[in-house]
Amino acid sequence: MTKMTLKTEGDTHIVVTRRFAAPPEAVYRAHTEPELIQKWLLGPDGWTMPVCICEARPHGKIRYEWTNANGGGFHVTGEYLELEPYSRIVHVERMHLPDPTPDNHVETRFEPDGGGTLMTMRMTLPDPETRAQMLATGMERGMEASYVRLEGII
Amino acid sequence: MSTLDAAFSALSDPTRRAILARLAQGETTVMELAAPFEMTQPAISRHLKVLERAGLIVRRVEGTKHPCRLAKAGIDPIDQWLAMLRDALARNYDRLDDLLAEMQPATRKPVNRKDGPK
Repeated sequence: MTKMTLKTEGDTHIVVTRRFAAPPEAVYRAHTEPELIQKWLLGPDGWTMPVCICEARPHGKIRYEWTNANGGGFHVTGEYLELEPYSRIVHVERMHLPDPTPDNHVETRFEPDGGGTLMTMRMTLPDPETRAQMLATGMERGMEASYVRLEGII
Repeated sequence: MSTLDAAFSALSDPTRRAILARLAQGETTVMELAAPFEMTQPAISRHLKVLERAGLIVRRVEGTKHPCRLAKAGIDPIDQWLAMLRDALARNYDRLDDLLAEMQPATRKPVNRKDGPK
């Protein structure tokens, strides 16, 4: 399956694309309605999202809290900037580990694609260093394994 | 600091990333490493010390030379972490596929019972 791509772009962007077999309206709703988000935005198996605040309007707050059975946990906070149902979401987010990471500016587009949806999520980090820390790219030139994993199609 | 924390902290500096990129091409001496940078050898040595402490490179002594190379043991966890990040993202979207499949009937226009099935 080569459904998802994850690529770096320029010095500060990360672009993820993914196709879904559902119309943009459904995919958009799954990104903006808390009770839907809590069912899939969970990361590795074993994690749950007990707290999901998601005020889908400009200046609305975002707060996702994750936890696992071992008592581990962390959270993300953010704000919505723009929402265009059912085609586009712009928001900023930061992880708290527990210190906040620099703001990640995220634009997510949902385009009709046949009977489904092509989602394009474009993240913009404040500087190349932050992106490196986020993705551990660092070694753009030469580090084959990382290079293939980052730039290649998954 | 965990191994990964030390590794990411070491990676947050552009000079150190450039050093690692150079070392990815093979073992290199400190003098050769310093050449492309507008930096003194002691400054480069300080960067190398950070990379060495983070377990990303190993240095050996060969006479007066100190060749450096990448440390597989230090690089592997970063690769694994990266694979985990990608897998977690892919796993999220696989779950979303399932959720969307469940949602499909609800997003269709509701059938008006009075009209009966078409």
